[in-house]
Amino acid sequence: MLRYTIHRILLMIPTLLGVAVLVFVLLRLMPGDIVELRFLAEGGQVSPEVIAAERTRLGLDKPMWRQFGDWMTGIFVGDFGISMWTGRPVVDEIASRLELSMQVALMATVFAIVLAIPLGTLSALYKDSWIDQVIRLFAIAGLAVPSFWLGMVIILVLLLNFNWIPPLTYTPIYEDPWTNLSQLIWPAIAVGYRYSAVATRMMRSTILDVLQEDYIRTARAKGVFERLVVARHAMRNAMLPVVTVIGLEFAFLIGGLVVTEQVFNLNGIGKLFVETVTRADYTMVQALVMLVATFFILVNFVVDLLYAALDPRIRYR
Amino acid sequence: MSTATTAITYKVPKRRHPVIQFTMTQPLGAAGLVVIVIMAIAGFFAHIVAPHDPLDLDFGAMLAPPSWEHWMGTDAFGRDVFSRIIYGARTALAVGFLASLAGSGLGAVIGVASAYFGGRIDMLIQRFMDILLAFPIIVLALAVVAVLGKWPVGGLDVNLIIAIAIPMVPKVARVVRSSALAIREMPYIDAARAAGYGHMRIIFRHITPNVVAPFLIMFTAFIAQAILLEASLSFLGLGVTEPTAAWGLMLSGASQEFYVQAPWMIIFPGLAISLAVFAFNLFGDSLRDWLDPKIKL
Repeated sequence: MLRYTIHRILLMIPTLLGVAVLVFVLLRLMPGDIVELRFLAEGGQVSPEVIAAERTRLGLDKPMWRQFGDWMTGIFVGDFGISMWTGRPVVDEIASRLELSMQVALMATVFAIVLAIPLGTLSALYKDSWIDQVIRLFAIAGLAVPSFWLGMVIILVLLLNFNWIPPLTYTPIYEDPWTNLSQLIWPAIAVGYRYSAVATRMMRSTILDVLQEDYIRTARAKGVFERLVVARHAMRNAMLPVVTVIGLEFAFLIGGLVVTEQVFNLNGIGKLFVETVTRADYTMVQALVMLVATFFILVNFVVDLLYAALDPRIRYR
Repeated sequence: MSTATTAITYKVPKRRHPVIQFTMTQPLGAAGLVVIVIMAIAGFFAHIVAPHDPLDLDFGAMLAPPSWEHWMGTDAFGRDVFSRIIYGARTALAVGFLASLAGSGLGAVIGVASAYFGGRIDMLIQRFMDILLAFPIIVLALAVVAVLGKWPVGGLDVNLIIAIAIPMVPKVARVVRSSALAIREMPYIDAARAAGYGHMRIIFRHITPNVVAPFLIMFTAFIAQAILLEASLSFLGLGVTEPTAAWGLMLSGASQEFYVQAPWMIIFPGLAISLAVFAFNLFGDSLRDWLDPKIKL
């Protein structure tokens, strides 16, 4: 187990390095760097000397390999550089927005799990009944509805019924938890619907599988109450694939956040990402991609470890 | 002398046409297929089906509610929403189909090659796929769109299709690889190798036909995802651009400002996206149950 863990951690390094190279090269292949974009946006005639000076200031005149080397050595000492657009440290720019996105992501995950476990179980227990049909329809619709559109519809309904509009600024949870939750529950639902749909489908199919197992028949045969059979034997064993799917769908969650933050006017990392890509703010985009990739890899790693923890039959070597 | 002829009837199970068989065992999937076919026909013959020109500006009827003239109302430029949705079907289905074909095709080739060659090549390919997987889908697509710019061919942006296809490659490669790994161990592959066939012949004649089922299933499933991704990118202003009619695009821009006064501007395009994706998912799910229920995506 320890060996497996170390092996997996070591494998993360080449993957992350690959992500770093890829994002670095992709950004530099994009037509127009930040200096051009910025001065063109101002519209004025800017002398080549000024442009060259700005490039030197941002370190864009150095050869590619030097720029990459500087970035990598910076990361090793915990220095992610400064945003080329705002001039503030990348870490500060991201930190101020990460909290909001993390909270929405977390709420969406909780929403998904809370919905998926009972719905998936019910659907499996009453297979082919009308309950099952309704839940399956709800789940398959969840895969089809775009999160940003769902967000717009939610805003529309709230506005027409309660005169609620998305606030311009969000209240942090430690200032006023109630206001904060009432503001963020809607984007969380918009993003979480798809998530819950995927988890519900997974829950249903694994419960159906598990109910065929010998130990379920044994439990029933020795007279365990059906409720306990379901709760203790079936649901517990069905949790594993659901956990996996939640880990795997994390990438979708981020994608959902990128678009949904635009709709709800949330100043999170999704919105930041779209802004920085269009501005060709290299340092910011690099840092954001590395952040998300690291998180994704870690989530999948933790899911694999959880597998072993939840199911004693699984042993990694 | 009379010969008593006794008619002997054999009960031969009727071999039905696969389409009929599919419809009978998978009614929901068949319903999905019907929706897809209707959308495809409407999109293909958009110039005949649509009651208005999707680009026709009518400043006398801006943000008009649904009426007999404009079934789904008009947008901020007085363009007919219904006609734009029909033309949008053309965009969505073409982009979705081509992107999924490219993405799952390339993914399948990589997956089969990776499994067949094994060893170091397999390791290298898998590491590269891990890198692509670690990129969030929309982030990868955004980056590719930004890097490649536009390359319009026949009214479609080829680079957008590439951007949507790339994130699919690692996922398809993974599933196809695991199917192909099992096939590689089959005796008939050893036999083919012993007979002295080349790599290409073994890969294309012996392995590929056996991974067709998972490939077809992923292909339909990814059309649905491609339509969603195209809608998201167009919504962000990085996919299909004005004045082309596309569902995601109809939800952005002026719609963002006016959708409270004119909800039909967003309700119908969103329903169109959902219905298309819903139909493909329904069909894809049924196809999986029908072809190979063991495959999990």
